[in-house]
Amino acid sequence: MSITLYVPGDAGALALGADEVAAAIAKHAAKLKLDITLVRNGSRGLFWLEPLVEVVTAQGRVAYGPVTEADVPTLFAADFLHGGKHPLRLGDIAALPYLARQHRVTMRRVGVVDPRSLDDYLAHGGGKGLTLARSLPPADIVNLVTDSGLRGRGGAAFPTGIKWQTVLDQSAKQKYIVCNADEGDSGTVADRMLLEGDPFCVLEGMAIAALAVGASKGYIYVRSEYPHACIALNAALAAAGDWLGDFEIEVRMGAGAYVCGEETAMLESIEGKRGIVRNKPPLPAIAGLFGQPTVINNVITIASVPDILAQGAAFYCDLGVGSSRGTLPFQLAGNIKFGGLVEVPFGSTLRELLYDYGGGSRTGRPLRAVQVGGPLGAYLPESQFDTVLDYEAFAAIGAALGHGGIVAFDDTVDMAKQARYAMQFCAIESCGKCTPCRIGSTRGIEVIDRIRAGDQTQIPLLRSLCDTMTHGSMCAMGGMTPYPVLSALNHFVEDFSVVKAPLPQAGEGLG
Amino acid sequence: MNAILNTIFAKHRQQPGALLPILHDIQHELGYVPEEAVPLIARELNLSRAEVHGVITFYQHFRQTPPGKHLVRVCCAEACQANGSEALAAHAAKRLQGEDETLEPVYCLGLCSMGPAIQIDETELHARVTPQKFDALMHKLGEKA
Repeated sequence: MSITLYVPGDAGALALGADEVAAAIAKHAAKLKLDITLVRNGSRGLFWLEPLVEVVTAQGRVAYGPVTEADVPTLFAADFLHGGKHPLRLGDIAALPYLARQHRVTMRRVGVVDPRSLDDYLAHGGGKGLTLARSLPPADIVNLVTDSGLRGRGGAAFPTGIKWQTVLDQSAKQKYIVCNADEGDSGTVADRMLLEGDPFCVLEGMAIAALAVGASKGYIYVRSEYPHACIALNAALAAAGDWLGDFEIEVRMGAGAYVCGEETAMLESIEGKRGIVRNKPPLPAIAGLFGQPTVINNVITIASVPDILAQGAAFYCDLGVGSSRGTLPFQLAGNIKFGGLVEVPFGSTLRELLYDYGGGSRTGRPLRAVQVGGPLGAYLPESQFDTVLDYEAFAAIGAALGHGGIVAFDDTVDMAKQARYAMQFCAIESCGKCTPCRIGSTRGIEVIDRIRAGDQTQIPLLRSLCDTMTHGSMCAMGGMTPYPVLSALNHFVEDFSVVKAPLPQAGEGLG
Repeated sequence: MNAILNTIFAKHRQQPGALLPILHDIQHELGYVPEEAVPLIARELNLSRAEVHGVITFYQHFRQTPPGKHLVRVCCAEACQANGSEALAAHAAKRLQGEDETLEPVYCLGLCSMGPAIQIDETELHARVTPQKFDALMHKLGEKA
């Protein structure tokens, strides 16, 4: 009988040599005339263990990792195909504390199922939400989503049910569902992992949204930096056949513009234009893609919907704290020992994630600053590590949870430089439509350079500039760039008072 | 070039908002979007040349000149910075000086807990890239070409 092996095809695993490992296993098995079935699953999200190979044995799935090409002969020698002893043997991966302590809902199938197989998806609980949705009137579907307390996971945390209701209330011949997969925030990998590891879940969520609001066409806008996610989605769409009914989904590839993660810039981009932010109103829910009512939801938001339908609004709403209901897949990134994906209900603390899961810094030095929520998120000092992870608690300290990306820095970080980088990133990525963002970011770099050259009188000017950007920008690009800048200034002012020689900045001098 | 363009145009004729997919296909086929293609795209989509030019230049992904033998992108976003991407970027710039490779910064490859990360020729990814590992990868790339 054929032995089934899982070798992740997730981009993270590929970057650590998963293709080479898979090829070596196939070659070795062929040489030994062993009958194996290689499944390229997603990643479980324990990235220090990638490439993580799992073998299906009589005792269940047995994991080995991190496996390199060179380990493959020794694995065969240890009879790993039957769960044999080996220094890399981890046993049942789901029993590892890192995974066992999590509460995976949205990401529960990622790394478990074969992302190319609709049957496997259905066998692991997929599809039930869509089946139920087909038997419900649209308003009931929307109510379920509203009652679940689900809020937009892309960063803005807008209540999903209200957005859907607005689109449902519009009378239009054509409505659209747009899935925002332009995951550009550094430190965030959850969208990518889900798109690559459980693409059918996204398709199902979109099909449910379509039934809820009366849409017949959907777009998934994937950034061009994620070619593997595009491949996974197109493969899933091909495999979906008529499972989605007459709802049609098209995958659209972005082209390296961070600002296209902003929903109206994304609509412009899908329409074939420059990714320039639109004025609101009108809201996209009223006049969105091609002027029609449009639901725009992040990947994780969309992927949360099938379970909310299948298991009920209360199942989701019972998780979490305050007005942050459900779970959030946090992503531990940067200088962290055990980096990866940690899906837990809202309400734990940053400290728990950084130390209990993350194990502190990779370099072994003390953690000094943590940026939460991507390039537009604040830098938090150690004194704020006990902040409860929910949207309101973060807003209260002038920070944002955003998409749940957590980037750790050790004590070698120069926070004035990080503040400068935030301005530089805004200058590179600004769509250019509004002045505070387009010009303010460049002036910001100059002001920080003067401060770093020793001119402390420029600090009030930097604050004033940030005030203008916060209140005068059209969207979060310019409006939230002051978050990292001001948090660096407020919590790490000592880095702004030392006269330093200008350092080369990330990306400067390349290309 | 015209034959390639016509095939691409035909493929996208029924697609609303087809400009980005068309540009992707052209760049995929030719490695870049040549200046001569702009008026043809404009005519196909009933746009002005300025509009097409504006879109090509807005998006960092699209190139107007042919790339080098290989395209090497070094991630320069925060998570990779926390793991030493600036030193790697400086090393890469020095290592590839005078060579026929295109070196570009990229802002996040989604490999944020295993930085610094690089991408070669759009789809090949490498994580935890030290300067030594970078040199080994470039050596291998040189042999492949």
